[in-house]
Amino acid sequence: MTSLILRTTTRFVHPLLVLFSLFLLWRGHHEPGGGFVAGLVAATAATLFALAYGPAEAARSLWVEPQTLLGAGLFAAAASGMWPLVRGEPYLTARWLEVNVPGLGALDLGTPLLFDVGVYLVVLGAVARIVLALVEEE
Amino acid sequence: MLVAVLVVFAAAAAAPWITRWAGRWARWILVLPPAALTAYFASLAPAIAAGEVLLSARDWAPALGLRLSFRLDGWSLLFALLVSGFGTLVVGYAAEHLRDHPQLGRFQSFLLLFMASMLGVVLADNLLALFVFWELTSFSSYLLIGFDHEQAGARRAALQALLVTGVGGLALLAGALLLGQAGGSLEITELLVRGEAVRSHSAHAAIVTLVLLAALTKSAQFPFHFWLPDAMAAPTAASAYLHSATMVKAGIYLIARLHPVLGGEGAWQAVVVAGGAVTLFAGAWLAVAQTYMKRLLAYSTVAALGAITLLIGMGSEAAVKAGVVFLVAHAGYKGALFLVAGALEQATGEKDATRLSGLARAMPWTAAAAAIAALSMAGVPPLLGYLAKESLLGAVLAGPRPSWGAALVVLASMALVGVALVAGIGPFLGRSAPQRREVSPWLWAPPLLLALLSVGGGLFPGALSSSLLSAAAGAVLGRPVAIELAHWHGLDAALGLSVLSLGGGALLWAGHGRVLQAAGRLRPLARLGPARAYGATLIALDRAARWQTRLLQSGYLRRYIVIVVASTVGTAGYALLTRGDPSTPLHWTGARAHELAVAILIVAATAMAALSSSRLAAVAAMGAVGYGLALLFVFFSAPDLAMTQIVVETLTVVLFVLAFHHLPRFSDRSTTADRLRDAVVAGAAGLLLTTLVLLATRSRLHARISEYYLENSAVAAHGRNVVNVILVDFRSLDTLGEIVVLATAAVGAYALLKLRSARPEGS
Repeated sequence: MTSLILRTTTRFVHPLLVLFSLFLLWRGHHEPGGGFVAGLVAATAATLFALAYGPAEAARSLWVEPQTLLGAGLFAAAASGMWPLVRGEPYLTARWLEVNVPGLGALDLGTPLLFDVGVYLVVLGAVARIVLALVEEE
Repeated sequence: MLVAVLVVFAAAAAAPWITRWAGRWARWILVLPPAALTAYFASLAPAIAAGEVLLSARDWAPALGLRLSFRLDGWSLLFALLVSGFGTLVVGYAAEHLRDHPQLGRFQSFLLLFMASMLGVVLADNLLALFVFWELTSFSSYLLIGFDHEQAGARRAALQALLVTGVGGLALLAGALLLGQAGGSLEITELLVRGEAVRSHSAHAAIVTLVLLAALTKSAQFPFHFWLPDAMAAPTAASAYLHSATMVKAGIYLIARLHPVLGGEGAWQAVVVAGGAVTLFAGAWLAVAQTYMKRLLAYSTVAALGAITLLIGMGSEAAVKAGVVFLVAHAGYKGALFLVAGALEQATGEKDATRLSGLARAMPWTAAAAAIAALSMAGVPPLLGYLAKESLLGAVLAGPRPSWGAALVVLASMALVGVALVAGIGPFLGRSAPQRREVSPWLWAPPLLLALLSVGGGLFPGALSSSLLSAAAGAVLGRPVAIELAHWHGLDAALGLSVLSLGGGALLWAGHGRVLQAAGRLRPLARLGPARAYGATLIALDRAARWQTRLLQSGYLRRYIVIVVASTVGTAGYALLTRGDPSTPLHWTGARAHELAVAILIVAATAMAALSSSRLAAVAAMGAVGYGLALLFVFFSAPDLAMTQIVVETLTVVLFVLAFHHLPRFSDRSTTADRLRDAVVAGAAGLLLTTLVLLATRSRLHARISEYYLENSAVAAHGRNVVNVILVDFRSLDTLGEIVVLATAAVGAYALLKLRSARPEGS
C-alpha cells in the first residue's frame, strides 16, 4: 500500500497519537484514560504506521521488538509489587511518593503508576506483535 | 533470610550480563553471593547449635494464606550450608569447565536460580511457599539437564525428570493443603506441635500418601529412581550439585521435616523404610553394572539416598543420627567424585571409567581428590565415610530386624565399595599416561576441598557434630540430642561387617570385567524396569490427548465458537435454573428515546452481520454494533469503557481486513440443519445474557463494595478515576493475571502466524 495521502497524513498523525497515548496514560489515574486504553491508542499508531510505510518501518518506529515491550511490561507490572515486600507489606500494596519537580509542582508518583506503565507496554506489545505479523504476511 | 534468598535470585538474573561483560573476572563476582551466604549461615551456626530457632516472616498474599515465612533450625541450617557452600565451589568450577561454551552465562544463571530456589525449600516455613520453591527447583533442574538442548537425549531426560518430579510437586501441593486443613495452619512451626491432631485426622492417610509421593519422586527412590541416571545429560557441574548433593536430598529434607508431624508407626514408616531399603540395594547393584563414570556415580547416589531414607524412616534416635552423618559424608565424597569425573572428561574426553588408567602422575591433584573421596565412600578409616558407614551399620543392627538389615546393608556396601574403587582409584593406577596434563586449579581445587572435608570430618568428628550435626538430628527428632562419633568401638559386629564389605568390594573391583559380562547378559531384564511404565504412561497420555483433541479441536473456528458458547450457556443456565430465585423480579426501568434509537441500530446491524453474503459488509456491520455499544457507554457515563471500545473496534476492523487476505472466497456451505443449530445456540446465549443483566442490576447484594471503592479511591489510592484505581490498585492482582493472559495470547498468535508462513505454500 503506497498511498501518498496516507503517508503524508501518517507523518503528522503518528506523533500526535503517540503523544495522546502518553497523555492518556498520565492522566488516567484522575480522568478517563489509563494504561489499557493508552496502550491501545499507541498500538493504533503503530498499526497506522505499518499500513502506510510497511512492517519494517513500523517495527523501527517502535525502537524495540514488540515482544521486548511485552516482556518489559510484564516485568514492570510484576516488579511494581515488590517494593512493599521489602517493607513487610503484602505484594502489590500501593506506595506513593510525592515529588516536587521545579516547574511542574508536586507530582504524585506511586507504584500503581509503574503498574499502569506495565499494562500500557503489554497492550502495545501484544497488539503490535499480532498486527505486524499479519502485515508482514501480505 | 528473605534477603538471602532474594540476593541469589538477583544474582541469577544478572549472571548472563556479568559473564558477558566481566570476562575473566565474572567467576570471582559470581562466586561472591554464595560465598557470602555460606559465611552468613556459618555465623549463625553457634546460635542454632545452642538450640535457637530463627524465624522471620513477611506476608506475601495474606488472603490466600501465603506467607513468606522462614525458619532456620539445625536441620535447615545443615542444608542451607550445603547448598550455599557447595554452590560456591560449583559456580567457580562451572566457569572453568564450560569456559569456551557460548552459553556459559545462561548456565550460571540457571545454577544460581536453582541455588536460590533450593535455599527457599530448606528455609521455608510456610508449606505453600515451600511448594513454590520446590517447583522452582524442579524447573531449574529441567533447564540444567536440558542445557545441551540440541541433543535429543538431553531434552528427553530433562522432560522425564520434570514430569516425574512434577507429579510429585502436584502431590505436594495437594498434601500441603490437606495438611493445612488437618493441622489448622500452613506454618511448619505451628504444625510441629500439632502432630496429634494431624495423625488422628480423617485425611491422614491421604496426606501421608501425597507427601511421600512428592518426597520419593524428588529423591529418586524406587520405583521412581530411573530419572536420576538419565539426568546425567546435564553438564557435570550441575550433576554434582543438583543430582548428588542438594536437590535430590530435598525429598529426604521433606520426610525428615514432617517426620514429627506425620511420622510414627504405621504406613508412613513402612513405606519410607521399604522404599529406602529397596532403593539402597537396587541402586548399589545397578551401579556396578555401569561403566560410564557419571551414570555409575548416579546409581550409587540413588543407593545412598535410599540409605538415608531408610535411616530417617526408621526414626529411632540412633537411625536419625546416622542419617544426618551419612548425608553430610555423602555430599562430600560424591560431590568430589562427580567433579573429578568432569575434570577427567575435560582432560581426556573419555566418559568411560574403565577405559582410563595411569593418570596419577599426570594429574596428581585430581588423583588426590579422587582417591580421598573414593576411600571415604568405601568407608576406610579415619575418613568421614567410615564413620557414616559405622553409624549406618550400628543403627541397622539396633533396629527391629537386625540380621535382615545387616545383610542388606553389607551386600549394598560391597557394591558401593566396588563402585568407589572403579570410579575413584581405577583411572589413576596402571602404566602412566604421560601425554595427559593436569587440569586448571579451578577444576581440581573444588573436589579436593570437598575431599578434605571428609578428612577433616573424619579426624575431628567432635567439632563437626557439636557445631552442626547434633542440632540437625535434634531438629528432626524434636528434642536436643548429641551425636557422638568414635573411630573405635571395640571388636563389635559393626566393625566386622564393615571389614567384610570392604573385602567384598575389593574382590568386586578385581573381578569387575567379569561382573560387567554377567551384567551384559542380564541387560534384557532392564526393559522390565519402571522406566517402561513411564514410557507406557506417556504413550497412553498421548493417545488420550489425541482422542479428546479430535473430539473438541476440529480446526474449524465456527465449531470452536459453538462449543465455547454452548458450554457457557449450559453451565451458567444450569446454575441459574437450579440456584436462581424465580421470584426475583426482572429490573426494567424503561428507556429514553435516544437510547432506544441506538439499541435499534445495534439490532439492525447485528441482523446485517448475520445475513450479509459479503465479508466486508459483515465486518462493517460488526463495527457498527461496536460503535453503538460505545455510544451506550457514553450515555451511561462510562467514558473509559467507551474510549476503549472505540479503539478496540478500530483495531478489530484493521485486523479483520488484514486477515481477509488469507481467507478463501466466501461461500455459503452450511446446511439448513447447521444454521438452525447455530441459531438455537446464539439465541440461547442472547437470552441468557439478557436475563443475567436484568437480574444483576436488580440485586444489589454487593452495593457496599462499590461504595467502598467510590469512597476510598481518592483518599486512600490517590486517584479520582475509580475505574483505573480499581484496575491498577484495588484489584491489581487480577489485572496482573489479565496482562499475563494477554501476553501469552499474543505470543501464541505470533507463533501460529510464523509457523504458517514458515511452511511452503500450498501445504
